[in-house]
Amino acid sequence: MSGFPIVTREDFSDTTFLLEVHHPALAKAAMPGQFVIVMTHGQGERIPLTIADFDRVKGTVTLVIQAVGKSTKEMQALCQAGTDLFGLVGPMGEPSHIGDARKVVCVGGGLGVAPIYPQARGFKENGAYVIGVVGFRSRDLVFWEDKFRACCDEFIICTDDGSAGLKGLVTEGIKQAVEKHADIDEVVAIGPPIMMRACAEATRPHGIKTMVSLNPVMVDGTGMCGGCRVKVGGRIQFACVDGPDFDGHDVDFDDLMNRLRRFAEDEKVALERWSDTCRQQIPTSGADG
Amino acid sequence: MPVQTPERRIKNFDEVALGFTLEDALVECARCLDCPEPACVAGCPVGIDIPGFIMKVADKDYQGAYEILSEANLLPAICGRVCPQEEQCEGVCPVGDTLEPVAIGRLERWVGDQAIENDWSKRPYIENKDLKVGIVGSGPAGMACAADLAKAGCAVTIYEALHEPGGVLRYGIPEFRLPNEVVDAEIANLVNLGVEIQCNTLVGRLFTIEQMLDEMDFRAVFIGTGAGSPKFMQIPGETLNGVLSANELLTRCNLMMAGKFPQYDTPLHLGRRVAIIGSGNTAMDAMRVSMRMGAEKVFCVYRRTEAESPARKEELHHAQEEGIEFHWLTAPVEILDDGEGNVRAMRCVRMELGEPDESGRRSPVPVEGSEYEFETDMVVYAIGTNPNPILGQTSRLKLNKWGYIETDENLATSIAGVYAGGDIVTGAATVILAMGAGRRAARSIKEYLLIRDSEAVYLPQRINTDGTLFGIDLVERNFARLRVE
Repeated sequence: MSGFPIVTREDFSDTTFLLEVHHPALAKAAMPGQFVIVMTHGQGERIPLTIADFDRVKGTVTLVIQAVGKSTKEMQALCQAGTDLFGLVGPMGEPSHIGDARKVVCVGGGLGVAPIYPQARGFKENGAYVIGVVGFRSRDLVFWEDKFRACCDEFIICTDDGSAGLKGLVTEGIKQAVEKHADIDEVVAIGPPIMMRACAEATRPHGIKTMVSLNPVMVDGTGMCGGCRVKVGGRIQFACVDGPDFDGHDVDFDDLMNRLRRFAEDEKVALERWSDTCRQQIPTSGADG
Repeated sequence: MPVQTPERRIKNFDEVALGFTLEDALVECARCLDCPEPACVAGCPVGIDIPGFIMKVADKDYQGAYEILSEANLLPAICGRVCPQEEQCEGVCPVGDTLEPVAIGRLERWVGDQAIENDWSKRPYIENKDLKVGIVGSGPAGMACAADLAKAGCAVTIYEALHEPGGVLRYGIPEFRLPNEVVDAEIANLVNLGVEIQCNTLVGRLFTIEQMLDEMDFRAVFIGTGAGSPKFMQIPGETLNGVLSANELLTRCNLMMAGKFPQYDTPLHLGRRVAIIGSGNTAMDAMRVSMRMGAEKVFCVYRRTEAESPARKEELHHAQEEGIEFHWLTAPVEILDDGEGNVRAMRCVRMELGEPDESGRRSPVPVEGSEYEFETDMVVYAIGTNPNPILGQTSRLKLNKWGYIETDENLATSIAGVYAGGDIVTGAATVILAMGAGRRAARSIKEYLLIRDSEAVYLPQRINTDGTLFGIDLVERNFARLRVE
């Protein structure tokens, strides 16, 4: 099986980068809210990543990756334009339900900024009034502002330090949107669990339907291992086949966050070992390729 | 059959049963009575001519033995290792009335291994018919179906969702029971027959069954995706870290090589005291993998008794030898937290056997007031599977009330040209039954595609009693071509 060619790479910051991968069938099938599983090489992990964009004409899918652990840092080091991914399978999960909501708030924070984009675009294409809310630590980490502005009727950037847009978390943006619009049908939030929980809590008093996209630890991503069990409304669901989108007001985020710590020790071992090997193999810093 | 000693084998993943030598095989063949009405053939789910192949081995015509075996079973090296022979051929062998039955499985394995070693796999002349057939899933059902259709001249493509082919033979059954090289050899045979295998392809999501027929020019489709979605018990504490399915444990170890972490990136994070819930073959595999991965203690927790254990006898025996501690008539009712979101212990209840249930087995009932704490830091569920939902979510295939794909006796589904077989139709069963279903479906697909079956025997059933048709003497004119061998 030949690999999957990376056609573009773009670095948004020291840790966040974009890969555009050629896979026409996947680009044709992908829908907002779905994810893929990537393997960098034959000894690698199967890494679930939410699809950040897809271009059916070019036959590409776009992934945005945050280099936080061994596998993603290794992707950052190895995955350049012109190289191949060893494995790429998808689209997985049930697509987001882009219903007939007339007014929606699409919220993305951290890792979730990129995958909220196809949802915002999907709602816009369906004729909804779209309010985009995205959160970054500071101004220099902001990306895709133009893409969001092109499909959002209102667009709110939130930064932790106030260097761009609103100062504060994405919940500030939600608050502003909710105060201004009494007729919001739905909020969609993608990001770290702690952010999604805060968004769900922000909308709960207003009774606004809030969908979140969960990304727990998984192996196959096809419903076979059950590693991605999440508690939703007191029931156990498999995020890979029953989700990844769930009603944020029903998700047990404490349980999810605990389960995300499942391999914390192993992840530390792997990262330390990898960092050591890198230092040995690449004596000059900043070498790439 | 020679085996690795338990002390040695719990430290490695090499095959436990070392297999017959030529001498062993010849001695064993001499024990076969070559019964005129062989019970073993009737006991075999795919009807292998067992005395036939054994007699060939006895005559030292080993390739001849393989030819007979592979008429009915395309994967003898695999089935010889993983079939529950004691419930099938060996269970009804009359030699077993007084002595040990003939070791049919081991002989089958021996012949299968000879075939791999000497490259005997039959590569017949294949007349290309340009009929595209798609197969969903590269496990035993899909492999068997693909081989038969490729031999009939179809252009066969197998789609596999994982990054390596083999299905349960790869991710499920561990190396010490079925070495990867045996699976690789069988996959290579398929490729040699012209079968194309495309991994990283999740059918249903990348394209649908309907698209395969309508847009991708497939004339027929076979679905052999397996059941595959692990069951949990719905008791408190199941999402604690340290609770997982046997599927996950086995996939991490067998497919993702967690035993070689951190050279390989996928961890397992094994507990010290590992409790496996269930007592089937998957449970045995999970226990024995945990032992080899370095657990201090491995427990089998089963709500019935050893007599009801559905595992293959040899595996149960091997597990016992390897020091696994069996807790029969025991069931967990809650999994307890260590205060940091990990498993500290299970609360278990003792069971006793009551009235027989619909499966004919006496059903276990809890003994009141018998609850106690069972110290463990990893709980592995091996209590069966539910059907995988993806094809149901993405096609108009008719499912039964449990979510399995509904078929008729020819394995045809509710969509014309689409056939299904194996665990996704029957629920969890065996490799040999899945393989048999794959071949049954291949036969149906050949009929559906109007491919002449060169194996079929022409029986002139409409001959008049006087042996004439339109006044012509059929026998004399040799119209009645009964195949005589």
